[in-house]
Amino acid sequence: MLKIYNDGRRITAALDGDIDHHAARELRAALDEVIAYSRPEVLILDFENVGFMDSSGIGLILGRLKSVRAVGGEILIKNARREIAEVIGLSGLSKLIIETKSDTKQTAKN
Amino acid sequence: MKRTLINECRVRFPALSRNEGLSRSAAAAFAMQCDPTVEEIAALKTAVSEAVTNAIVHGYRDTEGIVEMTMKLFSDNTLYIQIKDRGRGIADIRQAMEPTFTTAPAEEERSGLGFTVMESFMDKLRVSSSEGKGTSVTMEKKLLGRARAKGV
Repeated sequence: MLKIYNDGRRITAALDGDIDHHAARELRAALDEVIAYSRPEVLILDFENVGFMDSSGIGLILGRLKSVRAVGGEILIKNARREIAEVIGLSGLSKLIIETKSDTKQTAKN
Repeated sequence: MKRTLINECRVRFPALSRNEGLSRSAAAAFAMQCDPTVEEIAALKTAVSEAVTNAIVHGYRDTEGIVEMTMKLFSDNTLYIQIKDRGRGIADIRQAMEPTFTTAPAEEERSGLGFTVMESFMDKLRVSSSEGKGTSVTMEKKLLGRARAKGV
């Protein structure tokens, strides 16, 4: 569900699986623990292994953005596939996206 | 030309968050007969997930109930999906559909973008609701499919 790579105060959280309302609660707790413990300057959310995200993920990102900014940090998003980037775009958070996953890597998944 | 009904499927499940994944997989499985593109499947799954989550989070807030999803395929390759609950209903649909509006408590971190996502990913969206009786969300999307998407 979540792997953390720590490089000083630059933290990468590699998210995994589907991010929906069901998964958001556990992810929220896990990320909040990382934020409280590491007080990151930059928290990179890596979506490489996320196949699906709906608007529950937006709530999750917005909430973490608030807590990271409260400790003076910033959130960046990378490797989001196109449909996920589109959902993020609807919330006006596109500016957090630094790299998008290339479309050629995508395969049909149910 | 009048469109005709080709196929139909109904899925009923209790309003548990663990069934959100099941509902969108069921919708994707039903859509597979149209040989959809990756983008079409992703759009469909996202919209279904939003509607089902609404039924669970809002319709049946603090209560239990059944969510019913009806899927239909028409001859013009239009996929019709209805997601229905018999929960508490929406007092003001117009307000509920406004981007970022939510009635959920702040600590639940609902973005209020569910209907915005549904509108953005589907061709048609209709919401009908009656307070104390439930809500029905009807969505349609015409699937071009992989073969036709290549030709465009």
